Amino acid sequence: MQPIATGTKTSQAQTTKPKKPTVDKRIKALDIAMKRNRYRQDALIEILHKAQESFGYLEPEILEYIARQLKLPLSRVYGVATFYHLFSLKPSGVHSCVVCLGTACYVKGGGKITSAIEEELDIHAGETTSDRQVSLMTARCLGACGIAPAVVFDGAVAGKQNPETVLKQINAWQSDT
Amino acid sequence: MDLAELLTIADTERKKQKSIRVHCCTSTGCQAANSLSVRENLTNTVKESGLSNRVEVLGVGCMGFCGRGPLVQIDPEDILYEEVTPEDAPSIIDALNGGVAKPLQGDSQHPFFARQMRIVRQHTGKVDPESIEKYIAVGGYQSLYKVLYEMTPAEVVNEISKSGLRGRGGGGYPTGLKWATVAKMPGEQKYVICNGDEGDPGAFMDRSVLESDPHLVLEGMAIAGYAVGAAHGYIYVRAEYPLAIQRLQKAIQQAKKYGILGSQIFESPFDFKIDIRIGAGAFVCGEETALIQSIEGKRGNPLPRPPYPAESGLWKCPTLINNVETLANIAAIIRQGADWYSSIGTENSKGTKIFALTGKIRNNGLIEVPMGITLREIVEEMGGGVPDGEVKAVQTGGPSGGCIPASMLDIPVDYDSLSKIGSMMGSGGMVVMDRDTSMVEVAQFYMQFCREESCGKCVPCRTGTVQLYELLAKILNQQGTPADLEKLEALCQMVKETSLCGLGISAPNPILSTLRYFPEEYQELISAYSLNSQVTS
Repeated sequence: MQPIATGTKTSQAQTTKPKKPTVDKRIKALDIAMKRNRYRQDALIEILHKAQESFGYLEPEILEYIARQLKLPLSRVYGVATFYHLFSLKPSGVHSCVVCLGTACYVKGGGKITSAIEEELDIHAGETTSDRQVSLMTARCLGACGIAPAVVFDGAVAGKQNPETVLKQINAWQSDT
Repeated sequence: MDLAELLTIADTERKKQKSIRVHCCTSTGCQAANSLSVRENLTNTVKESGLSNRVEVLGVGCMGFCGRGPLVQIDPEDILYEEVTPEDAPSIIDALNGGVAKPLQGDSQHPFFARQMRIVRQHTGKVDPESIEKYIAVGGYQSLYKVLYEMTPAEVVNEISKSGLRGRGGGGYPTGLKWATVAKMPGEQKYVICNGDEGDPGAFMDRSVLESDPHLVLEGMAIAGYAVGAAHGYIYVRAEYPLAIQRLQKAIQQAKKYGILGSQIFESPFDFKIDIRIGAGAFVCGEETALIQSIEGKRGNPLPRPPYPAESGLWKCPTLINNVETLANIAAIIRQGADWYSSIGTENSKGTKIFALTGKIRNNGLIEVPMGITLREIVEEMGGGVPDGEVKAVQTGGPSGGCIPASMLDIPVDYDSLSKIGSMMGSGGMVVMDRDTSMVEVAQFYMQFCREESCGKCVPCRTGTVQLYELLAKILNQQGTPADLEKLEALCQMVKETSLCGLGISAPNPILSTLRYFPEEYQELISAYSLNSQVTS
């Protein structure tokens, strides 16, 4: 347990004020999740979900910690974390914008929305702006095809979007900071 | 809990029902259009206008017409309002007393609704998905009770076989046969898995069923468990469907509380518990062996079959895997009988199928129709056709399916007719494309999808999809030669014949079907290159 706590603390200390209590809380949440699953190795995906939810992304120390607690080889934990698209090994931005590129959204211009954002923010899908404000991601299909094209802003699904409406939202985020 | 108690709950719930019921859709699509505020305002308005004694506002599951949400429907008069805003609430309630409602009144007799036949979606849009009592009030869990006390497991399997139900996830394997295989396997420990990893882009019927009627799926799973001799079930749901997960969790808790799930269900010797497993974004996990790997907490790599999961599945135990929609048909078959069910549909495709009608079409949403209806009826009558222009093709079956040209719209929609023309039923996505859509680009879109979703385990799929994508890109850049076209076709056949699992086997379908029905679009791009190269040389 020690290595992560210190590891996270140092990285936190470099960027912002030290947040000792929150680090502990996040570890605690992860520990509770593992205990609830009785440290079963088949619960690895649930544990990784929990870890990502608490920490925002899966940093190497967290993966090591989970591997040790579940008594799994690190290669297995790393293999699973990199196999599934929803797990991120890099920190994400303050705001997230997920553009659905399922077929219905694609036919109705989801691709144009992605290009517009990529151009505006000067990043590619899957990346975060250099100021760590906005992460742009794409989704396979949100199942919101009836209101295509769909975009998820910070977890809230918005339907019938176009490049203008999406850029407006993103600019609003940027002017907030 | 026994039958008398079940009937008492149903009775009490029905008596509580008020004479006017305002249904407000709270599924993902309508929630994105602010339906929760609509419901809140409607509830407050009813309270303020003192109508609480005869009017109730209910949050319900998907009504299907997702393109025009948020939807509000009022019973018993069956009035439908579309694109309702929270500000419209007072006028809607006022209209109950003879006023004029502000929002657009939809036509509940439109072919989009009138041509449907609802078995799986019978109660969606009418019952509150977060209340087990409401489900019981419409006859819920009585089928489970019936099998436990009136039927032997073999009789249940027999009934499902007789109904002619086939898997709704895409493959179309006879459900009864699958059940019989698992039931026959020796061993104490067996599992039932509900495949809710609806990965096909453009398909959202499973999401809608899970969000709108979670108990229907739980009941189907418990009946399946009894029939095959399993005491433990898993529902594997995509993480992209948070609302479905939340409602399933709630539903399982409610059912446990009533003793409908867990130990000694309905005081019988039958135990059945259900756990939820959440995916993490991998299309290949819809493939049954990959899904089992994922439930075991591993990378979702498919395994060679045989052994089939029915013999050796989850933790090497006999495992029954059925799709959400398949399991959602079970309660109705038990209730109304196999003969009734097999009277619906065509000779080899029985019952109904839910389709997600999306893309360039006037009426977007979910429809449940009897098998054998023609594609033209669905697209033109129910869907209202393309808003400006005409239909060029209909894509069915997602990345595993194909594009059906407008000239073939008169084919009946059933498993065999669709595969005969190089497409497939798939999970039921139907994306309508108009003249503006380039079919070569569509093929490339799907190939990009398969390239990224290939798990990388077998070579034909891992490298084949990359090469197919590159070839398509070359052709689209007007750099392709006639030889590239031949290579494209040969490579498609190779990937199809040598891949390990369904993902690779069906990945070339979008290319093959567009090559077959829209060869001129490929030819045009290729002759553009020959012309250019002649000019430059």
